[in-house]
Amino acid sequence: MKVSNLKQSHPDTPKPKINWARIEEAEDFANTVKLFRQGKYDEDSFRRYRLQHGAYGTRMTNDYAMVRIKLPAGEVYPHQLEKISQLSEQFSIGNAHFSTRENIQLHWVILEDVSEILRGLAEVGLTSREACGNSVRNVMCSPLSGVCPDEEFDSTPYALATARFFLRNPLSQNLPRKFKFNFTCCEKHGMVRMVDVGLIPQTRDLDGAIQKGFKIFLGGGLGNKSFVGYQLEEFTPEEDLLYTSIAVIRIFDRLGDRKNMARNRMRYLVNDMGWEKFQNLVLKERAIVRATQSVITRLDIDHTPSIIKRPIRISDESGSSIPDGYTRWLKTNTLKQKQAEYSSVFITLEAGDITSNQITSLAAIIREFSSEGHARTGFLQNIALRYVHKDDLPLLYSKLLTVGLAKSGALTMAAPIGCSGTTSCNLALTNSHRLAKEIQRKFLELKLDQDDDLCDSSIKISGCPNACAQHGIATIGFFGGGGRVGKEMYPNYQMSLGGRSDGETILGATCHRIPAKRVIPVILKIIELFKQNKKSDDTLKDWIHRIINGKEDSEIKSILDIRKALDLLTIPPTKEEDPDFYTDYGSDSSYHTKTGKGECAA
Amino acid sequence: MSQEKTIKTTTDIDSLRSEIRDKSVRVIDVRREDDYKHSHIPTAVNLPLANLLSDDSPERVLKLVNAMGIDDETRVVVYDDTFGALASRVAWTLEYIGHSGVSLLETTFSNWKSLGLENDNNIPEIQSKEHSIHLKPEILATSNYLETSKDKPNIILIDNRERLNYLEQHIPGAISLPYRTLATPDKILRPKEDMKRLLDNRGISGNSEIITYCGSVGTLSGLAYYALKSVGLPNVKLYVRSFKEWKSLEKPIAKQQDAHYWDLSAE
Ligand code: HEM
Ligand code: SF4
Repeated sequence: MKVSNLKQSHPDTPKPKINWARIEEAEDFANTVKLFRQGKYDEDSFRRYRLQHGAYGTRMTNDYAMVRIKLPAGEVYPHQLEKISQLSEQFSIGNAHFSTRENIQLHWVILEDVSEILRGLAEVGLTSREACGNSVRNVMCSPLSGVCPDEEFDSTPYALATARFFLRNPLSQNLPRKFKFNFTCCEKHGMVRMVDVGLIPQTRDLDGAIQKGFKIFLGGGLGNKSFVGYQLEEFTPEEDLLYTSIAVIRIFDRLGDRKNMARNRMRYLVNDMGWEKFQNLVLKERAIVRATQSVITRLDIDHTPSIIKRPIRISDESGSSIPDGYTRWLKTNTLKQKQAEYSSVFITLEAGDITSNQITSLAAIIREFSSEGHARTGFLQNIALRYVHKDDLPLLYSKLLTVGLAKSGALTMAAPIGCSGTTSCNLALTNSHRLAKEIQRKFLELKLDQDDDLCDSSIKISGCPNACAQHGIATIGFFGGGGRVGKEMYPNYQMSLGGRSDGETILGATCHRIPAKRVIPVILKIIELFKQNKKSDDTLKDWIHRIINGKEDSEIKSILDIRKALDLLTIPPTKEEDPDFYTDYGSDSSYHTKTGKGECAA
Repeated sequence: MSQEKTIKTTTDIDSLRSEIRDKSVRVIDVRREDDYKHSHIPTAVNLPLANLLSDDSPERVLKLVNAMGIDDETRVVVYDDTFGALASRVAWTLEYIGHSGVSLLETTFSNWKSLGLENDNNIPEIQSKEHSIHLKPEILATSNYLETSKDKPNIILIDNRERLNYLEQHIPGAISLPYRTLATPDKILRPKEDMKRLLDNRGISGNSEIITYCGSVGTLSGLAYYALKSVGLPNVKLYVRSFKEWKSLEKPIAKQQDAHYWDLSAE
């Protein structure tokens, strides 16, 4: 079978319903950069402007930017991917990064070229506006919303409408700090308690009619200090969704701490005030919003159902052989949808990185295999192709294989998250990004992705305490720092165990400091301890959960016991014995910490 | 000089087809001999880039040019299948020995074919001609020239390699403009207005002296040379021996420090 046999034009590929872009913002950005370079714009106002338009500074230099492209609800269409591929080749490093918040990021972009990227994005209806800075960040939605067997209804239209309402809205241009919404499908698949506003769709029976609504969680968030969100009320009917959101944002805007950068996320406000007081404020404010705004302000929710149409194939693939690894991939990368015959396929990328060529191939693959004609990005630096017909799965696998996108383990512990770390982030202390890749390679080599005991666990690695990789909710989480032996430094990680983001959300418990070059042996050692002590049908996640809650009765009873078992692995050798220990991944010179001015609060 | 201004950097497909019909153009295909023999644009002669590079002294180039039936008055259009970079290097070489009527086909051979345009495998009979030689040193930069002019105020040095290679090492003072930036999906160079805006944003404009270089033999930077010419920039030079020579001469090298950008690559 030849690829060319399958090539077809798809004149009726679905187009996105919403245009997020404003072309004039590109022009404006170009002019503003010029004024800034001529000294007619001061550093601080320029930085605020730059961030509001979705461009971060870069490690050790302000001549380069990272451009963060928002994909509201994670939706991305083939022609948009083709444009992003082209932009990444032209203005970035020939690679793009899929983030944990459904953004696509282009790194090492010359500041003067950012406007060209904005222009290109506008051609395909995408924006980076309010992707950074003190604004409502990309509104996320579970990649399974609409197809999840456990969901009450599809929250995607609500996520899109919320994104649309707040984008460029004066209400959210100058908040005390960034503000995040996460919509999900069900308890299991979302991250609703670790965000400013988290929403789970639910329904109730109201005099025989089904009423749609949400469970809303407020005041959660990860960071240097993390908090779990509180549920606002039993049931928030859909009519109240917008009023609630406006009420919360108004309160945050009014009362949030604008002075202390380190403590100005809404979760600190909630924590300082106490939940009950905050809850009351929200309910009161909502009553005011409802009374004053209800006639004019509505969410513009588009309920037209997506067109599901299986792409036609001319060639006959029956008899073509299924490549090796298919069963493994099928098991660890696909989920059956609630729609009979259809599956969602997850593509895992090494720490979210993908080459321009792969993005172009991906666009063609979406056209050819997804019956909804677009893709969704996930929470795990990954991509979901939904509405793939079950008969098309083997062919899809072989296609993905030829372009290097068929790594197995997407839905398992073998798909670790790593933030950008020292590859580009100004605050990074370690190369968390590369470490995540190394762990993934090791896990796949050892075929640990196939181990049922490990599949519901996770590994997340941040390059500093700021938690961009969400290490706090990982089964095994790490954040970077420097270790020291006399005058010598080595890359080191603080490890926490037992974090989770589901219905039993809890932050991981601090366990040990692990030198970077010992992280992999330590993870393997933990798995070994688990295997020695596990009960039948135990998973690593359950086992660690019992240990943390003091409910484990085997030899390993506490975090302290795990710590002791790992002690030996964490002892630094001398530099003569093992010079490699004193270098970080991706580097052959001695490790030292070096950071610049961070912009997370800007 | 005035004639130079009227020569467009690129020739569009329609113009080339009518020039071929009028027999008023010499077309040069710079792909490998095998590819050329398989099929090429009608009437094209073959000058594989490797053949030219094996000895690109003016005397040798003159011989090649004569053998291709090109004299001072012959209109020449060059094409390749490598987004215009190889064609650029050949076109620049012709310009360097003093030919003033050379331009690049606006698209690649693959694209030409995919549009269903005519191609054949006939090898044309060529009448040799006599070209004069008037070297144009003002379009050439050497490593010595780079070193002696590095402190001149109005000079812009452009590195056309990919961004990661640039970050890792480049000639001190160079700015990065990857060759991919110059093209559109179906044309080897952006439309003029587009190119102008892009270069303008980067401060590449006006009367600066501009020097381009790339990794080894001046192909990617050759394309950039023509990109700059396409918007009418008057003073552009190509550092033909490029970064390969610079490194082998152990000249100073600059680098973006303290960041592991390579680890962002999925390759
Ligand atoms: C004090 C400073 C910062 C804090 C507290 C912070 C916090 C966070 C948090 C909590 C996330 C996880 C997403 C979520 O659950 O909301 C995140 C994501 C992210 N942050 Fe930050 N951040 C900071 C600075 C930065 C800086 C300076 C950069 C680099 C330019 C950066 C880049 C990212 C990226 C790339 C992600 C997505 C993760 C990925 O997929 O790579 N952050 N940030
Ligand atoms: S966790 Fe630290 S190192 Fe990683 S991206 Fe965030 S600020 Fe940078």
